[in-house]
Amino acid sequence: MKTFTGIDLGSTTTKAVLMDEEERILGRGITNSRSNYDTACRVAQQEAAVDARFTLFRREFGADDGSDAQVEDFLAGLERAFRLEQFLEQLDDLEETCIRQVRGDRFEKNATGVKAALGEVFIRLRGEAPAMFAPGASRKSDFFRDIAGSRYLTVAEEVARIADLPYDLLLNVYDKSIIAVENRPPKGELSDKFHRALKRVTEQGIGLAGEMEKQVKKALDIELEETYLVGTGYGRVTLPFSKEHIRSEILCHGLGAHMMYPLTRTVLDIGGQDTKGIQVDDHGIVENFQMNDRCAAGCGRYLGYIADEMNMGLHELGPLAMKSEKPARINSTCTVFAGAELRDRLALGEKREDILAGLHRAIILRAISIISRSGGVTDQFTFTGGVAKNEAAVRELKMLVFENYGEVVINIDPDSIYTGALGGAEFARRAAYGRLEGVEA
Amino acid sequence: MRPSIVKAQPADVEKDASMIKQKEMMAKHYNRLTDAKENGEKVASTFVPGNLNELIMCFDLVNNLPEVNAIQSGLRKQSGAYIMEAERAGHSEDVCTYVKSDLGMMAKGNIGPNGKKLPDPDVLLLSYTGCFTFLKWFELLREQYKCPTIFLQTPYMADGKVTPNMVQYMVKQLKEDVIPTLEQVSGVKFDIDRLREYLAKSAKAEDDLVHILQSGKNKPSPIDAYFGGIYYIGPIFGAFRGTDDAIDYYRFLREEVDQRVLQGLGPVTPDGPMAEEKYRLVVEGPPNYTNFRQFWKMFYEEGATVVASSYTKVGGTYDYGFRHDPDRPLETLAEYCLGVYTNRNLPMRIDMLCDYINEYEADGLLINSIKSCNSFSAGQLLIMREVEKRTGKPAAFIETDLVDPRYFSAANVKNRLESYFQMVEQKRSGSGAAA
Repeated sequence: MKTFTGIDLGSTTTKAVLMDEEERILGRGITNSRSNYDTACRVAQQEAAVDARFTLFRREFGADDGSDAQVEDFLAGLERAFRLEQFLEQLDDLEETCIRQVRGDRFEKNATGVKAALGEVFIRLRGEAPAMFAPGASRKSDFFRDIAGSRYLTVAEEVARIADLPYDLLLNVYDKSIIAVENRPPKGELSDKFHRALKRVTEQGIGLAGEMEKQVKKALDIELEETYLVGTGYGRVTLPFSKEHIRSEILCHGLGAHMMYPLTRTVLDIGGQDTKGIQVDDHGIVENFQMNDRCAAGCGRYLGYIADEMNMGLHELGPLAMKSEKPARINSTCTVFAGAELRDRLALGEKREDILAGLHRAIILRAISIISRSGGVTDQFTFTGGVAKNEAAVRELKMLVFENYGEVVINIDPDSIYTGALGGAEFARRAAYGRLEGVEA
Repeated sequence: MRPSIVKAQPADVEKDASMIKQKEMMAKHYNRLTDAKENGEKVASTFVPGNLNELIMCFDLVNNLPEVNAIQSGLRKQSGAYIMEAERAGHSEDVCTYVKSDLGMMAKGNIGPNGKKLPDPDVLLLSYTGCFTFLKWFELLREQYKCPTIFLQTPYMADGKVTPNMVQYMVKQLKEDVIPTLEQVSGVKFDIDRLREYLAKSAKAEDDLVHILQSGKNKPSPIDAYFGGIYYIGPIFGAFRGTDDAIDYYRFLREEVDQRVLQGLGPVTPDGPMAEEKYRLVVEGPPNYTNFRQFWKMFYEEGATVVASSYTKVGGTYDYGFRHDPDRPLETLAEYCLGVYTNRNLPMRIDMLCDYINEYEADGLLINSIKSCNSFSAGQLLIMREVEKRTGKPAAFIETDLVDPRYFSAANVKNRLESYFQMVEQKRSGSGAAA
């Protein structure tokens, strides 16, 4: 099967979308951008490929919409088993890497002992892994480093004590190895892991596994051929692709919004450090755009600072702001001054929710100014980016759009964070067919 | 030791012969300027738009242009420190950065690009008032230098035309105020025939300048009319208009450009001749000088050539037919000041930009909006909408500054430029796009 990949390398997260020949989304993947765009890219891509398999399973079961509870139960079990397999594979990688680090003067006397201890540590880690991926088990993170790291330290300490080895030797090899392992995506074939996962699920007898096995295997046999890839986003110049594979994020967001909502004429994207107002025509082609200048006032990062300052999670800001009955009047959206503004207001006795509501309004006021400079809001209006998930921002936006432009349809997709990657994937699909919109195929 | 103009240029930069010649002329002029007192010459400070160089030469005065000094400081990466210096002295962040660079440079010893101290002016000649900041700037300079200050008021072309009244009003000021004061400062008697002689020379060079700027109509364009254009306008917008040097330079440049047209070559960029002309742009607004080469590179590495620009008309709109006329010496000076680009009202600017897009067969309009220049920025978004509407060509907006490095964000500018180029490409390949 031909597939087309779009990757949006953002300042905070990296997103990938995998698309089929019929312009349908096969899978989505997201990961932290870290400081390593190269890895972020590959991880997001691999996550999208994993997600794509589940889409293919659903198609095979004729349950595309995810409403069949039995199918969903089974797929959830399969996903847990798959994640477990992936985790075990990375543990193997970590073990091999650690053992390779046992060399040099430091280990002269203890090399054999350390290697044996490492063997024991990893036996134990592998042993406790299935419980971590059992139904209902909660993991505080899905990143290998977070899951494996804390357990390794605990287990290694114990093993070192029993083997009468200095703990810091085990710590040392781990420290040298974890970054390397983390910065290479799991190397094994996805399909092998799926087969092992399937076996595991079948053995456990979850749901309809026995009957479904054939269909799953059939879906697994579909080869996902990476036909064409397009990268976009803040880090696009660092992408390991040639220039023909890179598109502007503005064009990708415009096209992505058009694909989600074909009647879109105006797009607002508020990301980590950019706010973009984009006007598109009825084919999703960008007609005009405006974005913030080098000052990232009023972008997603501003809310991040506020959250830090208030010692809250980013996702808690919106709900608290929604409680406000008397929003404070705040004119500055300067990210640098955000903390000072906040403390001033608190010192004056204003309520947290009122200040937050005012801050959300200030952000949206700035966004509205950028939109108006790009040509205003024309029906339909699509709001994308991380800030589109914030209900208080959305409420202010709806209010201000209504005040300034009257009744307008406002679209916000729960998967709007993938808008740029989606546009990228469509550009990739077109490029593969030699269609030249903004493209040299 | 301070770097000289020539040394400030990285050695690996490729230049065509005319650029080298131009550099030499500018260097020569700076030497004349910094040696002026030693040689018993007097100095007039004045501005580029409405620059009355022919008249200044009639009084044996040397022309000093604070704007050009600021540009030199920008190109040589010194303006940032100068601006901070001026801000420490109490000038706000929003003030024109040419002004702050100039004031900061004065505060730090007024060292010119050749490493020598620039002379104090003997007279301040404010001959163009389309930019109100100029008035304030010269007020500050007058305070500093306590020298005679001439204020030639140029009426704004609000109705889109020059009326006989406007010309008479300016001629009257020339006769009653400007010329007598210049006589007094210089001790040289005004000789109108000397003025006529210079004006005739100006017109000659102006013919060649127009030919050069209009060579952008060729495909590919042999020149970049924005980044390259900055070099081309240097002599005629500055201290050389009305001189034999200018005639020689523009003749030389014209031949060079004609040669490139014959050979079907594009412009010479700092990285060598431009390979393929993929986009033809019209640019409105001044360039950024602190990251001039980096900024230019964002264009040429994408195959974008600027075929026409409004900035190369701030020192005269010669391509619309104006020539200095020796038969009407004072009137022609008045008409020159009245006609400069920034003295034209918004409808006239829109007409010019639309003409350029059509006549130079450009792909669209790009506006470089200058953070600290209201004289240019006011109305630019309206200009953009109107030009888009009339020409049907896509337009885009980027934001930088003249000489304040703090306002140049390379990633941001590049992002917008690339988006714009891809937008042009997308439009070109038609809207059968997303069916």
